[in-house]
Amino acid sequence: MQSVWTLLSWGPEGWLDDIAYGVFITVSLAAATLPVGLVIGFLVALAKQSNEPSLRLAGNIYTTIFRGLPELLTLFMIFYGAQIGIQQLMRLYDPTAAVEVNAFVSGMIALGVVFSSYASEVFLSAFRAIPKGQYEGGYSVGLSGWQTMRLVVLPQLTRIALPGLANLWLILLKDTALVSAIGLADILRQAGVAARVTKHAFLFFGVAALIYLLLAIISSFGINAIERRVGRQQVQR
Amino acid sequence: MSAAAADVATKVEKPPAIPRGWSRQRVLGYALVGLWIVLGIGMIVYLVEAWNSELFQKYAPGYISGLGVTLTLVAVSIVLGAVLSVPVAYARMSRNRILSSFAYAYVYFFRGTPLLTQVFLIYYGVGSFRPALEAVGLWGFFREAWYCAIFSFTLNTAAYQAEILRGAIESVPRGQWEGAASLGLHKLQTLRKIILPQALIVALRPYGNEIILMIKGSAIVALITVYDLMGITKLTYSRTFDFQSYIWAAIIYLIIVEILRHAVEWIERRITIHLHR
Repeated sequence: MQSVWTLLSWGPEGWLDDIAYGVFITVSLAAATLPVGLVIGFLVALAKQSNEPSLRLAGNIYTTIFRGLPELLTLFMIFYGAQIGIQQLMRLYDPTAAVEVNAFVSGMIALGVVFSSYASEVFLSAFRAIPKGQYEGGYSVGLSGWQTMRLVVLPQLTRIALPGLANLWLILLKDTALVSAIGLADILRQAGVAARVTKHAFLFFGVAALIYLLLAIISSFGINAIERRVGRQQVQR
Repeated sequence: MSAAAADVATKVEKPPAIPRGWSRQRVLGYALVGLWIVLGIGMIVYLVEAWNSELFQKYAPGYISGLGVTLTLVAVSIVLGAVLSVPVAYARMSRNRILSSFAYAYVYFFRGTPLLTQVFLIYYGVGSFRPALEAVGLWGFFREAWYCAIFSFTLNTAAYQAEILRGAIESVPRGQWEGAASLGLHKLQTLRKIILPQALIVALRPYGNEIILMIKGSAIVALITVYDLMGITKLTYSRTFDFQSYIWAAIIYLIIVEILRHAVEWIERRITIHLHR
C-alpha cells in the first residue's frame, strides 16, 4: 500500500503532475471561453435592448434555447453534431473521410454559448440601469451612436454588470468539469484516471474538489481586486 | 376666440411620423429571425425525414421513463434539500461562531465545487470506505448509483437553498421583528406569521431558478449510469448513432424548463398583486 504522499507526489510514482496538467487544461478552457462568451453575450444583449422588435425576438430565442438546455446536452449536441455535420460535408469531396472534432474547441463553443446566454441577461439588466439621459447627453454633445456607446455607456455598463459577470465566471469554472465527459483531460478526468488506477477514489476526487475550491477562492480574490479598482475610478469621476 | 384657437391648431404641423423604412437594424433583425425560422424548419424537416416508426416504438417508452426518473430525482432532492436547508440556514445566521462557520464551510464547499465532482466523490469515492460502511449497514445504500445521485443532489441543493432562505429572511427589515416583539409575539410566531410571508415573495424567483438549475444539472447523473432522460438519450445514441435522439431530448428539456419558468412567473404575478398599483 502506497502512502498518500507518494500518490500525490510529482513524477512517475505520483499523480500530481497529471493533475497539474488537468488544472492547466481547465483554466485555459475557462480563460479561452470567457472572451467568446462575453462578446456574444454583449451582442445578444444589444439585440435584446434594441428598438427593433425582430432583433429583440432573435435575441430572446437565442437566450431561451441555450438557457433552457442542460449544459451537458448542449456539449454533446455540439460535439457529436459538429462531428456528423463536418463529416457529411467532407463526404461530398472525399467519401472515405473520417472526422475527429477537437474536444477543446467543442467544449469552448458549448460553454461559450451557455455563458453568453446568461451574460446577455446580465448585460441587459445593466443596460436598463443606465438612464436615457446618458444617451441623450452623448447625442447633444455631438457624439455618434458608436462613440456614445464606447465613451459614455460602456464604462458605466461594465461597472454595473461586473458583479453578475463575476458570478458567471465562477459558474463557468465549475461547468468546465463537464468536458471530462467528452474526453478532454481536465482536472476531473485526470483525477478519475488516477482513481481508477490506484483505487484511491475518495482521495483523488477529494483533491479535485479542493482544487476547484482553490480556483474559486483565487478567482474571488481577483474579482475583489478588479471591483476595488473599478470602484476607485467611480470615485475619481 | 375658440374659432381662432381651432384655426391655429389646424395650422400647427404635426411632427412627421418616424420613418419605418429598412434601417440597418431592421434588416439585421429580419435576417436573424429568418435564420432561426430556417433552422427551425430544417430541424422539423430533419425529424420528419429521419422518422422511423420502428425506432420510435422501441425507444419512446424509454424516453418517457427517463423523463419520470429525471423528475423524480429532482423532486425528491429538492424536497429533501429544502428540509436540510432549514438547519443550515439557521446555523448560518446564528451568533454562535463555531456553528455559523461550519455552515459557511458547508455552503462554500457545495457551491464552490462542480456538482459533477460531488457526484463522483460520493459515487466512486465512498467505495474507499466500504468496510466501515458495511459495518454500519449503509453499503447497500451507497452501492446504488440512484441513491448516490439523490444523496449528492440533496446535499448540493441544500447548500443553495440555505443561501436563498437566508437571503430572503435577511431581506425583511429588522423593524418587522421588533414590531412583532413589541406586540408580544414570540420568535416562532413572528417567523411564521410576519417574516416568512414577506420573505417567500423574495425567495420565490430564486427557488424557481434553483429547480430549473437542478433539472438541467440532473443530466449529469447519466455519467454515473442512472438512466434519466439524458442517460436514455446517451444509450439510444450509442445503439443507433442516430442524431435525432439528442434532438428529442433537447425538445423535452426545453419544454419542461419553459413550463416551469412561466409557472414561476405566473405565481409571482399572483402573489405580488397587493404590491402593484
